[in-house]
Amino acid sequence: MIDCVENRLLTSRRSLLLGGASFAAWAYLPKFARAADGRDPRLIVVILRGALDGLSTVAPIGDPDYAGLHGSIALAADGAHPAIMLDSFFALHPAMPELARMYRDKHAAVVHAVATPYRDRSHFDGQDVLESGYAGPGRVQSGWLNRALEALPRGERVSSALAVGPTTPLVLRGNAPTVGWAPVALPQADDDTAMRLVDLYRHRDPALAIALSQGLQFDKAAVGDDMKPKAGNQVAQMRQVARGAAKLMASDDGPRIAALAFDGWDTHANEGGPVGRLAFLLGGLDGALAEFESGLGERWRDTVVVVATEFGRTARINGTDGTDHGTGTIALLAGGAVKGGRVISDWPGLKLANLHEGRDLKPTTDLRSVIKGVLQGQFGLSDRVLAETVFPDSVTAKPMQGLV
Amino acid sequence: MARDSQAALVALNRFGLGARGGASGDLINAASDPRGFVKAELVRGSGVLLEAPGLQSTQQLGLAVFAYQDQVKQAREAAKAAAPAGTPSPAEQKPGLRRNLSLNAAATEVAGQMTEARPADNAAKPDAMQPNAAPPAAKPAPQPLNVIQKTFRTEALARLQRATLATCGFTERLVAFWSNHFCISATKGELARIWAGAFEREAIRPHVLGRFADMLRAVEQHPAMLFFLDNQQSLGPDSRAGQNRKRGLNENLAREIMELHTLGVGGGYTQDDVTSLARIITGWTFAGRQGQLGTPGSFVFNSNAHQPGAQMLLGKTYEPTGLAQGEAALAEIARHPSTANFIATKFVRHFVADDPPPGLVAQLRDVFVRTDGDLKALAAALIDSDEAWKAPLTKMRSPYDFLVASGRLLARVPEDPGAYLNSLNLLGQPLWSPAGPNGFPDTGAAWAAPEGMKLRLDIAAQMGARLGPNIDPLDLLEFAAADAASIETRRTIERAESRQQALALLLMSPEMQRR
Repeated sequence: MIDCVENRLLTSRRSLLLGGASFAAWAYLPKFARAADGRDPRLIVVILRGALDGLSTVAPIGDPDYAGLHGSIALAADGAHPAIMLDSFFALHPAMPELARMYRDKHAAVVHAVATPYRDRSHFDGQDVLESGYAGPGRVQSGWLNRALEALPRGERVSSALAVGPTTPLVLRGNAPTVGWAPVALPQADDDTAMRLVDLYRHRDPALAIALSQGLQFDKAAVGDDMKPKAGNQVAQMRQVARGAAKLMASDDGPRIAALAFDGWDTHANEGGPVGRLAFLLGGLDGALAEFESGLGERWRDTVVVVATEFGRTARINGTDGTDHGTGTIALLAGGAVKGGRVISDWPGLKLANLHEGRDLKPTTDLRSVIKGVLQGQFGLSDRVLAETVFPDSVTAKPMQGLV
Repeated sequence: MARDSQAALVALNRFGLGARGGASGDLINAASDPRGFVKAELVRGSGVLLEAPGLQSTQQLGLAVFAYQDQVKQAREAAKAAAPAGTPSPAEQKPGLRRNLSLNAAATEVAGQMTEARPADNAAKPDAMQPNAAPPAAKPAPQPLNVIQKTFRTEALARLQRATLATCGFTERLVAFWSNHFCISATKGELARIWAGAFEREAIRPHVLGRFADMLRAVEQHPAMLFFLDNQQSLGPDSRAGQNRKRGLNENLAREIMELHTLGVGGGYTQDDVTSLARIITGWTFAGRQGQLGTPGSFVFNSNAHQPGAQMLLGKTYEPTGLAQGEAALAEIARHPSTANFIATKFVRHFVADDPPPGLVAQLRDVFVRTDGDLKALAAALIDSDEAWKAPLTKMRSPYDFLVASGRLLARVPEDPGAYLNSLNLLGQPLWSPAGPNGFPDTGAAWAAPEGMKLRLDIAAQMGARLGPNIDPLDLLEFAAADAASIETRRTIERAESRQQALALLLMSPEMQRR
């Protein structure tokens, strides 16, 4: 059973490639609705594959049912690793001090209890809906970000020639040309994939389990919370990808739009609370946000970073100190252009009756509304284009106002 | 008709190269009639030969390599005349070998070429990412390929495409088996590299469903083998050339014929037999660039180098009949009981189990003896034996089989061999380039080693990252194993956190790794 994967970090493992960044390559700089004011907007979309536990990232500490449901991994405002209070109700995971600072500076916002229109719990289909922008899975081979790009009016010519990275995420695939970039390193399977495979081998093929474990140089002593970030690990890789992307986007003729994906958020077992596996990954994400900020320099002022995931996780922890596939979760916005310092949420509450299907945080905000609000604020796309082309059949999901 | 998915796995993976994805229906067809599915390829014998545009004969390639070497020599001399002494010229760089190819560069190249391949179906618009856009940390521009490298890649691509498109792949597996049994190594030198593919096409393929004795003769008379095991240097001590040049025997080929190609170690031959056979095959050579003995690059019998007189070999006397002396000796060795035993053992070890079941070995040995080395009968007997179908799937796929099976499942016909060649290098099975004349090993101990498994996973993760977004991993699992897949494998794939991860896990699953 995958749910029983021992949660061990391979401390002696080599560096990992979590995902490259892909960019929109523009032959022309779009004329923005507000080009006159001298803004030169940037947009970065970060996809977290595996379904992020929104309740552990931005915890509703003020909800009386939260601590009981999230049990051993619940965040708290006190203790050895207190969560960072964002307001009187929500608290940010302590592994994200950079995001907390941006939030205090009003350059970051959280949207809580959010979901795409997808209501089943398959990673594959959930990611398909999240990235394609369609209401259901498997309908199209292009992404909403690419279609948004196509809808922009053309302005002056800019040159951009970037290198090849791994694959373009679906969100950025389509008719508008894109280019990719990835850190030049030997791309390797990430720890999570390796662990799942070792677990499968343990059940089905012990000889291969031993061989692969040795090959991966499992450090038998590294168990549980012993996950100190080390050079060359996942966290460093996330920062590296972000740094490279920011550098390319900072130049005057560089791409204005980027998408990238970080893997590993499927925390079925030993998710950890203020420290542990999720904390480790969130630290990496926090570092990536900081790299965007410093790497984009002057351009950060006009930047929005959207962090989204295919769905959330169960409100109640499972029997292995993790969480299973759920529905409602968070989206994060960061960047100088964000009207931040807020947790935007029509909070549904965590009483059993209020949970989606009696198990998940109920989504009260359509993620498409959030993204539409960002696209409109940054690039001036019309309601009609957003509802027909970018997110087909989404008239009911109105663009959220005042995000940018 | 009852469908037996487990038997389909045996048919496709143990004997073939794995189920093809897409609309092939391979798994269903194999499940309906497992033995018939495998045997169908034995009937269509013509499908073993490989002819494709751009594939040239050994002779043509010999001429090409001699011409290339002449050019290099001229360029070097011209450079020497022009440059101050001590400056190495570009021409002095060894052609045919990549220099300073780091692991990272190789792997990055693997990754890059996996991207270049176009999806077989055009449902998805290929990424507009241009592989020729210069990365920030670009590799230096590659030198244009010389004729040796180009030929090697053309031959490799033809082989890979054939393997990817074959229905079951049993005959291609047989080709690979015999090619490894009678291996040469492309690392021996420029001639070996340019001839590696032609050797397989000319000496192995025509006989894979023919007679062992014919394959043996074709192999030992092929210029690539004569060059690989130094027989062109071997002179009869009492031959005219031996007397003139005060040089003599080189036993390399004679020893390997008996030790590796026919009788096997402990097969009943002595050092005297090795020496005798070496004498018998003196004069077996190929014409060089001057063409004094014949068309450059063709097999010739040089009587000037041939040891005169009768020879005693394995208790039998061979009269001095020139070329026929050696041909008679090979025919006799091919019929030797030790040869039947050695071949049957190796055959069963390759297809069925690292520790070959003695009963099945005995059965195949008898077929080999009874049919005078009919290799089609040998293959058919294997397919007809219940034991070959009942034995658990414990064999580890070699890197080549793993990569080809992955490509088949993903329904991607390679257009460039680079990704495969680099992956094979990384995984320790460089194409046509084993470390020694005994070929690549054929056991789990070799292919399921820790480092190899880790690298396999990295390569699978690469394929997952690149190709995963466009596939449904559960559909692929149906193509690959259907209900013969274990519940754990199915769950692992269902629960993967992304399509990319799911594809990597599927490619690494026991169902894809074992055969």
